[in-house]
Amino acid sequence: MTCTEFLALLDDLIDDSVTPETRAQLQAHLRGCDHCKVTLDTTRKTIEIYRSHEIYDLPAGLRERLHSAIMARCKKGC
Amino acid sequence: MSTIQLVAGENEPHPDVALVERVRGGDVLAYDELVRKYDRQIFRIAQHITQNREDAEDVMQDAFLKAYEKIDQFQGNSKFYTWLVRIAVNESLMRLRKRRTGRMVSIDEDIETDEGSVPRDLADWAPDPEQNYSQTELAEILRKTIQGLPQGFRIVFVLRDVEGLSTEETAETLGLSIPAVKSRLLRARLQLRERLSRYFRRKRGVEK
Repeated sequence: MTCTEFLALLDDLIDDSVTPETRAQLQAHLRGCDHCKVTLDTTRKTIEIYRSHEIYDLPAGLRERLHSAIMARCKKGC
Repeated sequence: MSTIQLVAGENEPHPDVALVERVRGGDVLAYDELVRKYDRQIFRIAQHITQNREDAEDVMQDAFLKAYEKIDQFQGNSKFYTWLVRIAVNESLMRLRKRRTGRMVSIDEDIETDEGSVPRDLADWAPDPEQNYSQTELAEILRKTIQGLPQGFRIVFVLRDVEGLSTEETAETLGLSIPAVKSRLLRARLQLRERLSRYFRRKRGVEK
């Protein structure tokens, strides 16, 4: 397997949607290729870091304003 | 696709189904529950697309009001959350169009780039690289980095990887083909990885 072929399957590997045979081929490639191992590890970390950190907090008072707007809409008929 | 929403792996309807039914029956408090369950996600999505806090606030409010008014049109052949996300994405894109008058805005724009197709910066990262920054610094790095992505990549990454939609749901929400979603997701992930490497790479001589 070449690095280009590995890269084409990177997302499927990360998303755990590869067959056992393909996974074995990908893992065999990883054992001999530091570049692809770094790419895989740091791409996984990229996703994890964006999943686990809140970068846009809900502004204070927004939830209450929305609640009031829905209640006002409801009074017109809900 | 199944017309009845089931919790993955279980033969029980998704809890949102009962809430939606209560809303249809006139129970506005049930809608409040749905709002509180998803308001953070909807605000985040709107902020990622509009990149403007006031717009994101308006979009969130408009999306939830619109979903409330149109709840009878919700078919139940997708999850309530996915339906809501679709409304929020459309509202966000409409808001962008208004802001950039005279200029078409779509999720197809600005994606002609080769960046991300082949990793260039292959430096490994420090272990737990986020520990080198304060929460405020880290949030700023993450915001700046994702804001630099082409919009068509950014939306796919946010829906798929941050908000947890499936490839199929992302494709349906954005009106894209599944191969288009997959291709954008790969490039988004690789571009973000490469951009974050500037901050997170292992420092030579400092760590082993």
